[in-house]
Amino acid sequence: MVQIQNVAFGYDAARPVLRDVSLSIARGSVVGIMGQSGCGKTTLLRIIAAQYLPGSGTARVLGEATSELDRDALYRMRRRMGMLFQFGALFTDMSVYENVAFPLREHTALPEDLIHDLVMLKLEAVGLRGAAQLMPAELSGGMARRVALARSIALDPRLILYDEPFTGLDPISFGVIVRLIRELNDSLGATSIIVTHDVQEALGVVDYVYFMAAGRVIAEGTPDEIRASREPFVRQFVNGELDGPVPFHYPAPDYAAELELAGG
Amino acid sequence: MSLAQIREHARGRLERLGNAVTSHVWRLGFASRFLFYTMLHSGTALRRFRLTVAEIYFAGVLSLIIIMVSGLFVGMVLALQGYDTLQRFGASESLGVLVALSLVRELGPVVAGLLFASRAGSAITAEIGLMKATEQISAMEMMAVDPIARVVAPRFWGGVISMPLLAALFSALGIFGGYLVGVQLIGVDAGAFWSQMQAAVDLRNDILNGVIKSVVFGVAVTWIAVFEGYDAVPTAEGVSRATTRTVVTSSLAILALDFVLTALMFTGGKSA
Repeated sequence: MVQIQNVAFGYDAARPVLRDVSLSIARGSVVGIMGQSGCGKTTLLRIIAAQYLPGSGTARVLGEATSELDRDALYRMRRRMGMLFQFGALFTDMSVYENVAFPLREHTALPEDLIHDLVMLKLEAVGLRGAAQLMPAELSGGMARRVALARSIALDPRLILYDEPFTGLDPISFGVIVRLIRELNDSLGATSIIVTHDVQEALGVVDYVYFMAAGRVIAEGTPDEIRASREPFVRQFVNGELDGPVPFHYPAPDYAAELELAGG
Repeated sequence: MSLAQIREHARGRLERLGNAVTSHVWRLGFASRFLFYTMLHSGTALRRFRLTVAEIYFAGVLSLIIIMVSGLFVGMVLALQGYDTLQRFGASESLGVLVALSLVRELGPVVAGLLFASRAGSAITAEIGLMKATEQISAMEMMAVDPIARVVAPRFWGGVISMPLLAALFSALGIFGGYLVGVQLIGVDAGAFWSQMQAAVDLRNDILNGVIKSVVFGVAVTWIAVFEGYDAVPTAEGVSRATTRTVVTSSLAILALDFVLTALMFTGGKSA
């Protein structure tokens, strides 16, 4: 479904964000891409979404190399793809109903009563049929995320991408999103990729995990394999330890020198 | 300071100046390409015209109050000032001509344009900028919907259509304000006020040229507003800066374009 081969990418030549990343994601699976903030996982997701093109290497998504697509082919591919943004990215000038109806109205010529039924079907799937007439400003963070999820599955995508779907959610909303990701993936027969740093929670929902650090994949495996990993970075990350390969301090000049204590 | 240091200092300044010029030229080129792309993808905005109608409401109808009230007061002030000058030459009967020509040729398009830039232009920039900052633009792209066609083009055409109508309303209310002060308050003869105005204001040379100005200002303001919004740095500060740039740049653009257009249309006592 997604093949990334030796992909490197940088916003400018001096600062590579991804270095020689390779991974393969099988149809029907829920895959997590994990790592600390700034490790390149969101950039990798944007390469899969063809928002960025790889600097070198190839990204094949839904059977097509993203760097070879023109605008029309890219938009054709994206119609088979759904993406849930970190904070939902709902259109604030439209109601919940109109947000979910948006992709249907843009890409189909369905009659209004059929659009109504489809929107209600999607909202029912995320448990928010009763909120159809609310505006995004009236929703809690968790509800907004669920509406965005309903919108991203409006066209029954083959591939669903989740960018930090758990950030800022209360435990109940969190549990709901975790369950929805799994259920929707299985009922739609889709493939899901979750980019997150909420490791413990994500390990409960994914089939396979890629661990990233400093722009590289440093570990991969099933959730059980990751929990049992002896890789120091993975252990530090999974257990949330303060000490380990990731230093507590951001690189800085000598502390004593900074406080002008050197030499007494 | 040694000679080498002075030379180095001068070189640094020259480099900064060069960089600033290059970046401005680059930005202008980018804005031109953006306008071209907007035109190219205007099909959706024109085919699904209700999208554009919604933006006409947003940019035009919601600006009505400020435009109409300002027009009324500008007309009333013009009548007061105009009467004071005209009566010294015994030409107070020409008050209607003075008010109408000032408004239709100049003040209508320019002041309505400046108000439109502050009221609607800033709102368009802030809205598009915030859509970008909250990833709504990215979400649209991910849904295979071109944001230029769906978000930018309807706003562009909404602004371009609204601006001449607002300028016309500004002039109409201004003339009415002039009538209130000139005829009702000061007591200029109503027949002379209207008939001299009718005789002196030419449809093509005055009204049409005024309409052309307002269309040009409408294109300039809306182009700047949509571009600044789309190009905004997606942060609170970035959107705020972009909004300010829209008001400043479009106000300067209106004044500069007004000079150029006036020079082309009305110079040498001969109208174009």
